[in-house]
Amino acid sequence: MISIAVVSGKGGTGKTTLATSLFLSLENAQLIDADVDEPNCSLFLDIKTEYVKDAQVPIPVIDSTKCILCGECVKNCEYNALANLPNQILVFDRICHGCGVCSVVCPTEAITEKNRSLGKIFSGTNEKRRFDYGELIVGEELSTPIISTLKEQIDEEKDYVIFDSPPGSACPMVEAVIDVDYVIVVAEPTPFGLSDMKVVVETLYQLNKKFGVIINKKGIGNEELENYCREKGIPILLRIPFDLKIAKSYSVGNNLLKTFPEWKGKFQKIIKEITEEVKNE
Amino acid sequence: MNDKTEIRQVTVISGKGGTGKTSLISSLAFLLQGYTILADADVDAADLYLIFPPEKSEETEYYGTKKAVIDFDKCTKCMKCYESCRYGAIDQEINIEIVRCEGCGLCKHVCPVDAITMVERVSGNYFVSDTRIGRMVHAKLVPGEESSGLLVAEVRKKALEVAKEDNKSLVLIDGSPGIGCPVISSLSGSHMAIVVCEPTVSGKHDLERVLELLKQFNIPGFIVVNKSDINMDITNEIEEKFGKEFPIIAKIPHNHIFTQAMIEKKTVVEIDSKDKSVTDIQEMIENIAKLILEKLKIIHKNSF
Repeated sequence: MISIAVVSGKGGTGKTTLATSLFLSLENAQLIDADVDEPNCSLFLDIKTEYVKDAQVPIPVIDSTKCILCGECVKNCEYNALANLPNQILVFDRICHGCGVCSVVCPTEAITEKNRSLGKIFSGTNEKRRFDYGELIVGEELSTPIISTLKEQIDEEKDYVIFDSPPGSACPMVEAVIDVDYVIVVAEPTPFGLSDMKVVVETLYQLNKKFGVIINKKGIGNEELENYCREKGIPILLRIPFDLKIAKSYSVGNNLLKTFPEWKGKFQKIIKEITEEVKNE
Repeated sequence: MNDKTEIRQVTVISGKGGTGKTSLISSLAFLLQGYTILADADVDAADLYLIFPPEKSEETEYYGTKKAVIDFDKCTKCMKCYESCRYGAIDQEINIEIVRCEGCGLCKHVCPVDAITMVERVSGNYFVSDTRIGRMVHAKLVPGEESSGLLVAEVRKKALEVAKEDNKSLVLIDGSPGIGCPVISSLSGSHMAIVVCEPTVSGKHDLERVLELLKQFNIPGFIVVNKSDINMDITNEIEEKFGKEFPIIAKIPHNHIFTQAMIEKKTVVEIDSKDKSVTDIQEMIENIAKLILEKLKIIHKNSF
């Protein structure tokens, strides 16, 4: 099994379009939509999904009959998720990362844990293609635990697993890419696109990942992004021209391959190249 | 601070990325430069510095989450830390994988020989910069770092201080895409949100979630449909479905001027054009700027 994450620093560069297109170019594959804040892949696929489970974090429950209000839990919580009031310890559920420090430092064993849901996991199949996605509950802050839960859904039987990663380069993106074999960076050739891509590239160097770039909407900006890739020796896997026809077709939920079936071969070629590179390790 | 002098905060968000949020806020900041401080709270994809290049910056190091460091002279390899860590940040050789470490300190607490210390690390920097439109507060998160939400909170706190010093009545905040921790951090306590969306199935889906967030936080929201002519049907659907609760304040057609302005390091409203499709867009953005002043009851000093 080879795992590939599709990332982009800047949002709206075509990450979902590319992830779904790569997925549909493959026969025996899984797509995992890890952009759990705004999961969109399902809108471009013909796969019925069903609820699988909740993504949860354990949060503290304080037994007031045992609690002596010593404040050790409050003092040691790195996320300020607990507060010491005159007659009770307050837990701020939404800030709690579920690390378990409070129960370990409590001298009277007054703290147990209960699970709290942050999001939901869905899954579906269509012939040999499998699709999973996670969805953050609106108002919740922590996306990363949902992505970790989603990774439990990886189907080792598949030839390929494609991840649609969250945009940016902060912790949710890292969680999505940290264990994959290869990363595809989707970027648009504009000043914002280049600036955001540089941050992603730095992150990928730090994570020691193999990666290549797909330039989307080629023609809308300038050549600086290509020059940057050349200077850094970053392979450009594919260039997709800007075309209002693509944008319009995307707007109604059509997958790129439906509008331009001729691209399927190009995506298969990229996958083949990536496979060779990963296997040559 | 009483109500009269309270500095107003407006956050521009988008749910879905790439809808034109930064292009819009840079134009608004240019038009409202007499009133506002600009805060770039999209800390892992900060782009406003490209439009308003910093002439001089005052830099502050930001310490986010701590990281565990093992003292191998003391470590007995008892594996307690390895077994306890909930983030898989410690391997069987008791090496800390920094990017997985959330800095909670559980390992330190379970270590029987005090071999672990939690060390403060620079997770990013934030800057107060002089730009051609006044001072701007922006930040850079160390790639892959945790706690972007906390850095966003720092940026906002600093922007409020700067606004007070510079006698400005408004802070314009560029938020990040999504609905999670950095977005919530860029929204909480704002007086108004402008939501930039696009008329696509995914744009509409993401808009719905971000509006739900505004409802929970009780923040008045106003919708700008960008690239409105990509799909007029969905533009109309957005208006019908959300327009009552969240007024649609502009429908901006797709136009190359957004990319052109970016390349020229200008805002869209600074482009000198006689093309009506461009001047129409510029007028729409001016109207949004006026609306912000009206809604927040900021006295309009002069025309744009």
